[in-house]
Amino acid sequence: MGYELNFGALLEYQDVLLSGLWMTVKLTVVSTLLGIMLGILGAAARRHRNPFLRHGSKAYVELIRNTPFIVQLFFIFFGLPAIGIKMTEVEAGILALVINLGAYLTEIIRAGIDNTPKGQIEAARTLGLSSRQIFIRIILPPAFQRVYSSVVSQCIIVMLGSAVVSQISVQELTFAANFIQSRNFLSFESYLVAALLYLLLAFLMRLIFNLIGSRAFSREEKQS
Amino acid sequence: MKILKKMSLAVAGSLLLTFGAISTASADKLDDITEAGVLKVAVPQDFPPFGSVGPDLQPQGYDIDMAGYLAQELGVKLELVPVTSANRIPYLQTQKVDLVISSLGKNPEREKAIDFTKPYAPFFLGVFGLNEVEVTSPEELADKTVGVTRGAVEDIELSKLVSDDVTIKRFEDNNTTLSAFLSGQVDLIATGNLVVTEIANRSPSRVPETKFLLKNSPCYVGVMKGETRLADKVNELIGKAYADGVLESLSQKWLKAPYPADLASM
Repeated sequence: MGYELNFGALLEYQDVLLSGLWMTVKLTVVSTLLGIMLGILGAAARRHRNPFLRHGSKAYVELIRNTPFIVQLFFIFFGLPAIGIKMTEVEAGILALVINLGAYLTEIIRAGIDNTPKGQIEAARTLGLSSRQIFIRIILPPAFQRVYSSVVSQCIIVMLGSAVVSQISVQELTFAANFIQSRNFLSFESYLVAALLYLLLAFLMRLIFNLIGSRAFSREEKQS
Repeated sequence: MKILKKMSLAVAGSLLLTFGAISTASADKLDDITEAGVLKVAVPQDFPPFGSVGPDLQPQGYDIDMAGYLAQELGVKLELVPVTSANRIPYLQTQKVDLVISSLGKNPEREKAIDFTKPYAPFFLGVFGLNEVEVTSPEELADKTVGVTRGAVEDIELSKLVSDDVTIKRFEDNNTTLSAFLSGQVDLIATGNLVVTEIANRSPSRVPETKFLLKNSPCYVGVMKGETRLADKVNELIGKAYADGVLESLSQKWLKAPYPADLASM
């Protein structure tokens, strides 16, 4: 137990850390927004009349939820070039994150949709709304609200999971910590600082989501 | 008394003679080798492509072929002695072998213990890339992307050399760096020449070529300290091997790369 902490040595690498942090924020924002869209589309496909869409969505969810994220990532980055699809490491990282988040959100949002009282849909039909209108106006908003906290948690999990894309040389926060650790061998300090930054990001994300949630859903409440 | 004195003198004299004989014998290893008709060489047994056990259970590799060449040129039989990297120098110092040909690099500590000949095999860290990527120095890497294993010696060396406009993609381990090159995610990699040999063995469609060196540590033949005649003879034979194209063909056979011309003048 004679370890002397040396956080001062990290100062010379603060640019690396900050640019890593910024990259993690960018990855998270883009993949969260696209992932939520993909999740909604996936959930919509799950209850679509067309059996191809219905089964396709189910297959997608099962495939992604039952394979490791790092394998999906390596397949996209190292595997796809073999058939001519080549992406930069950031594109491949975002694509993997979006596909992953989309699958989990499809399942979460579907659960919310399944709990829609039948009467509401029947009432909407009687009023002559089209299927699309029913999904967008009657089913989705309350369903999304019901599962909102799970959606938020899943988005935070994806933010934390973005650490894995450091493996394909995306220079995000974990990459920065790895890099610093490989230069000054201060593992304790590097990873502790990275962990605290992730913690901070997670708190901020929850705060922002809660703000958005309370605004969006209080308006819903007022309307109803 | 007189007899005793004579006897002790005789004993001392014979002792002197014996020691003298031993010291002259050990001072000229080259004559010993030709006399015995056998060249004993320490070779690696677990370090392909320099030395490993082949499918026929016979030792094979660059070092084994090099040992075979020297024995053939000296006109003696070859006796291979498998060693590990830890005991190859002790084997030479205790005269269990005449030469060490075991991918041995030179450093000041080792130079205190044994003598080295001229280099006979390339061993280096460098930047490698496809034929069509035209790079010959760190300056020309500007706007290019180089893959490297994070924290490895080549990463540290490369980071010192290049400017900020070079994109270095750092991967977790050697295999990931290799995958990045083989899948075309990077066109240049910084690594060791043996890794490149490995690529040449595995994926002939994307064979990297040496662009420039980051750190050069070629292999030398190790000789017992003070055996200058033997060392000179080996040097002469290494020079001949280069001139006759033997080193080139060994390099092509085991390392899948040309023999670097600058090694010949070292």
